[in-house]
Amino acid sequence: MLLITCPWCGPRAETEFSYGGEADIARPLDPDALSDAEWADYLFYRGNPRGPHREKWNHVHGCRRWFGVERDTVSYRIARSFMLSAGGPGADADAGPESGGDANTEQED
Amino acid sequence: MKRYSAFSLLRNALSHNRNWRPAWRNPEPKKSYDAIVVGGGGHGLATAYYLAKEHGISNVAVLEKGWIGGGNTGRNTTIVRSNYLWTEAALLYEKSMKLWEGLSQDLNYNVMFSQRGVYNLGHSPQDMRDIERRVNANRLNGIDAEVISVAELGKAIPYLNVSSSARYPVLGASLQRRGGVARHDAVAWGFARAADALGVDIIEQCEVTGMEIRGGKVTGVRTTRGPIASDRIGVVVAGHAGVLAKMAGLRLPIESHPLQAFVSEPIKPVLDTVVMSGAVHGYVSQSDKGELVIGSGIDAYNGYGQRGSFPVIEHAMQAIIELFPIFSRVRMLRLWGGIVDVAPDACPIVSKTPVEGLYFNCGWGTGGFKATPGSGWVFAHTMAHGEAHELNAPFSLERFSSGALVYEHGAAAVAH
Ligand SMILES: Cc1cc2nc3c(=O)[nH]c(=O)nc-3n(C[C@H](O)[C@H](O)[C@H](O)COP(=O)(O)OP(=O)(O)OC[C@H]3O[C@@H](n4cnc5c(N)ncnc54)[C@H](O)[C@@H]3O)c2cc1C
Ligand SMILES: [Zn+2]
Repeated sequence: MLLITCPWCGPRAETEFSYGGEADIARPLDPDALSDAEWADYLFYRGNPRGPHREKWNHVHGCRRWFGVERDTVSYRIARSFMLSAGGPGADADAGPESGGDANTEQED
Repeated sequence: MKRYSAFSLLRNALSHNRNWRPAWRNPEPKKSYDAIVVGGGGHGLATAYYLAKEHGISNVAVLEKGWIGGGNTGRNTTIVRSNYLWTEAALLYEKSMKLWEGLSQDLNYNVMFSQRGVYNLGHSPQDMRDIERRVNANRLNGIDAEVISVAELGKAIPYLNVSSSARYPVLGASLQRRGGVARHDAVAWGFARAADALGVDIIEQCEVTGMEIRGGKVTGVRTTRGPIASDRIGVVVAGHAGVLAKMAGLRLPIESHPLQAFVSEPIKPVLDTVVMSGAVHGYVSQSDKGELVIGSGIDAYNGYGQRGSFPVIEHAMQAIIELFPIFSRVRMLRLWGGIVDVAPDACPIVSKTPVEGLYFNCGWGTGGFKATPGSGWVFAHTMAHGEAHELNAPFSLERFSSGALVYEHGAAAVAH
């Protein structure tokens, strides 16, 4: 199970959170100006990297707030949590390998 | 290829089984091929087989970074069915079902295809309305499907909890009698052996690490065993589709997720069919060895680790024990994960790409084992002709910008 650090509530079990996919996807300001291909890219195309991934999580069974997590998609190790917008508490809350580590990394493939 | 038969069994038995030949060669890669298939899972091997068999293109290499069938092909719960809701999907999976029905004969290899039936359970009036709709849609497409009442279910599957006091009472089911299971490893080995016999080079321990692209055309791949040239390359790497796309400078509407499965200790025959429930979300069958083969949903997060989280395992067990309380004391023996390539509409992408000569076959996600022969068949056609077959034309990359998605999420009960 992942141990995820909510910037507001601290480290909590994965089951308290819901996953929101790739972070840093900005909604186009003027959708009408986009071509179909550009709109498809915004809606459906994803980086899907093998390695470090910046992703959104929602603390759905806690404070219900969104934040970002930087996690490796192979080792599942969490490098840190971060704020999606400036200004919240603990902006760039560094989870560090201790609190953000994933019990699952012990397992074999 | 030495054909397998009752006679060959006997002859080899008489020589104390010392004269069996390897089922496929272990060739060194050539400098160039007429076609390259990247990925030695069932889909890639089937593609190579049908390229040689149906299109006369036999100077083909299958490049596999590990061992053939070591990906999702050897990790899945082997459920085969074709009762998809939408016509585009139904016709594609039904093509595959027809190929399954003659596959052991065609390959001269026993893939142990067992048409023991697949039940999709309904747990609410809305589930039952959806089931009736899907059964009718299937029949209009010439696919066998029936609506089964609770009373019939209770008789057919004695240990299924059909009591009305269950937490999520079962109200009925759809049944596809032609559905069932097959032996996953045998599918990989059978296609490999048959393709090899037609001249295809199956090259294991050969990872593709880059693509050669000149003037918008693909000219070859870089591999851990040196560069290999070809102007016709098909990529069938399931969860790694995005990694290969990146090598070609492309992006895909695909995300990779862990999907886990488990088997129990072997027990006496107790379940002679396949039971799936989308509502409590679990599915189970019993292998010929007696193990219960159990699966569930994906882990929600992106993952290439071939393992998922414990809550998903717990959820799957809850679902199975809800359906079969008798299994509560059975011990689980093994657990593993695969990397599934999920598309936004839960349908595959079998398509040309913006790079000439480069084709992708991916997005089968949690449910592509059943499609193995059909996927190879349409992908071989696409690679041979440079154009999609009418069966896979709806599954091009263009659908994401045209909006013509084939929305099978949910529509086909559990997507496996
Ligand atoms: C737990 C689980 C349960 C499932 N249950 C079912 C089910 O009941 N029914 C069903 O229909 N489907 C099921 N599926 C889905 C099904 O397994 C897949 O859709 C299908 O097997 C995909 O086949 P494939 O040949 O495309 O992929 P794979 O078998 O994964 O083959 C892809 C191959 O590409 C290789 N590869 C990757 N990168 C490279 C590279 N750079 N160079 C060379 N080779 C590379 C990999 O090593 C791998 O062998 C399940 C999947 C999982 C994980
Ligand atoms: Zn919180």
